[in-house]
Amino acid sequence: MPKLIKGAEIVNDERWKAPQPDAETVSEGVICTLAQWQALDDKAGSAVQLEPGDDVHSLLPHLQEIELIAVNFPVFTDGRGFSYARELRENGYQGELRAVGAFIRDQLHYLSRVGFDAFQLEDESQLEAAIKSLEDFSVHYQASISHPLPLFRRRS
Amino acid sequence: MYVYDDYDQRIVDQRVTQFRDQTRRYLDGQLTEEQFLPLRLQNGLYVQRLAPMMRIAVPYGLLNSAQLRKLAHITRHYDKGYAHVTTRQNFQLNWPQLEEVPDILEELANVQMHAIQTSGNCIRNTTSDEFAGVARDEIEDPRPYCEIIRQWSTFHPEFAFLPRKFKIAVCGSLEDRATIHSHDIGVELVPNEEGVIGFKVLAGGGLGRTPMIASVITEWIEKRHLLTYLEAILRVYNLHGRRDNKFKARIKILVKAMGVEAFREAVEKEWLTLKDGPSTLPEDAIEQAKSFFTDPAYETIDGSSAEAALAAQAERDPIFGNWLKRNTVEHRIPGYQAVTLSLKRTGDAPGDVSDRQLELIADLADKYSFGQARTTHQQNMVLADVRQQDLYALWQELQAAGLATANIGYLTDIIACPGGDYCSLANAKSLPVAEAIQARFDDLDYIYDLGPLELNISGCMNACGHHHIGQIGILGVDKKGEEFYQVSLGGNQYKDASLGKILGPSFKQDDMPEVIEKILSTYVDLRTEEESFLDTYKRVGITPFKERVYAKAD
Ligand code: SF4
Repeated sequence: MPKLIKGAEIVNDERWKAPQPDAETVSEGVICTLAQWQALDDKAGSAVQLEPGDDVHSLLPHLQEIELIAVNFPVFTDGRGFSYARELRENGYQGELRAVGAFIRDQLHYLSRVGFDAFQLEDESQLEAAIKSLEDFSVHYQASISHPLPLFRRRS
Repeated sequence: MYVYDDYDQRIVDQRVTQFRDQTRRYLDGQLTEEQFLPLRLQNGLYVQRLAPMMRIAVPYGLLNSAQLRKLAHITRHYDKGYAHVTTRQNFQLNWPQLEEVPDILEELANVQMHAIQTSGNCIRNTTSDEFAGVARDEIEDPRPYCEIIRQWSTFHPEFAFLPRKFKIAVCGSLEDRATIHSHDIGVELVPNEEGVIGFKVLAGGGLGRTPMIASVITEWIEKRHLLTYLEAILRVYNLHGRRDNKFKARIKILVKAMGVEAFREAVEKEWLTLKDGPSTLPEDAIEQAKSFFTDPAYETIDGSSAEAALAAQAERDPIFGNWLKRNTVEHRIPGYQAVTLSLKRTGDAPGDVSDRQLELIADLADKYSFGQARTTHQQNMVLADVRQQDLYALWQELQAAGLATANIGYLTDIIACPGGDYCSLANAKSLPVAEAIQARFDDLDYIYDLGPLELNISGCMNACGHHHIGQIGILGVDKKGEEFYQVSLGGNQYKDASLGKILGPSFKQDDMPEVIEKILSTYVDLRTEEESFLDTYKRVGITPFKERVYAKAD
């Protein structure tokens, strides 16, 4: 059962299991790959994991039905997931947006600002310390999902 | 200039705390080398041939005297007593200790400075015209927009892990002194047909291994759309820029691969979701940014009598007159002039400035130029607001400090990267080549006769020394483990920007002054009375130069 940071706490994820890309049918409680998800007839309550290079746009018509979108960071320096998150939130996605993979705690603050609200770090022993990184900065210049008003609008 | 409020201060202070903790975790072994790498890079720290090297941001090249004194202190206390002005208008330290970098950042934060995003695959320091606000050909002062971009790009959460580094330059004048055509994004203040000033936005320029001139993405957008438009470009790049090959990862490659039309379409599509969103600039935000760049307390001076007095001084002291002609430019306010301090004295590495010189420049800025100074992408410094009646006294002080070499814009005002003496990526040294050329052409009358000429040197393909846009460009190359130099001609950094063409096979270091001599004598022989080096080159092409340089000795 993977551990996550959610709402600045460590929780056990009892609901979802990691994707099984080779499975022909997706069992209940398993996160779909994008291809598996696209093949679902009923997308209500579904969960899907995006990989770098996946096209976010196919999710957009179904954002109200999806329960979980996980975004994988196979290497922490690949920043595409940051744009996926923001695009999903900008288009009205309200469900759980979870970062998974090799991202590091020093990215948590940025990840939360672009709209992630759950973080599944590879190294679970880091979770406790990582929570602190969510609060690395208390002021931000630009508009983001977590703080939609840019500083220039609050100043003037 | 821009002054921090509590928000800005909190941001840089929290950055220091964050990086102190990251450095501690790295030294404790909690962060791997690979994980620490982008974190330290985004704080300006990279590990080089001899020591870590640290880049300190000078947003669009503007500094006050307190900041200059702090830099002098930092170079003396944490380094070897000198700093280097880079082609992004930043300062670079060559010998800091990794363990001390958090302390250096804290010292910088105390004077409203930082090293944020001066390296790494993120949005770098925005650069601009060193004569912004004082140039006579200015359409509008670009600095408020540079500051708006600085704030927007600082810790932008979406764009901190881009495929590659990303550089933005802003220009607000008729002549482009910010080389916007060789930037990932170039922004130009221009009027539309109704005369309303907005922005023209270019993308996909760059030097490096595959040099390209930027393409126009939009001819004109309203000012309020600046940030949302930049975000749309950045997002297209972040999503689609190549990440599989470091050498193909810059936005120029993406623009080329997609074609400008398709790239523009993708940007416009992305823009639809961002346009008029929260990042749209309200009028008062622009006014607020502008309020930091109002005129200093200029005196009302009778321009013509000040000019006459200056001309008389120049006549009496021709050495002063010469400096006046070469190293100062006219100012939009009568009775004032902008002065370039040459960091290109023969024997000093181009762009190097010592702790004492920094302190002197701080004093001179206080005495003569409203307490401010600037760095230039040609690796010099500027005092932008000097009364004409003070120029003689200023010149004497500069001369005593080795800052008055009267070569600004001429052959020996060489742009050079740190090269093989410092940089671990280098194929060859750049500094000894610069010095050998400066030493060979030490006759000022000869270099003036050659007219304005830009000679740029890079130690490798990364082109930090901007060799492609030098009228004469020199590139260090590796030939079976030996250092060689390739020469190109005809580069041009201004509005009709062009890239240099390679002359032919490369040369040994010792031969370089001779090669340059031959190129110059070809020009002198072929030019018509009014022609600059570039004019002649454009008219006659590369062949005559080639023939002369590669001619077999009889
Ligand atoms: S051009 Fe090459 S050698 Fe010169 S500073 Fe840049 S990376 Fe180093």
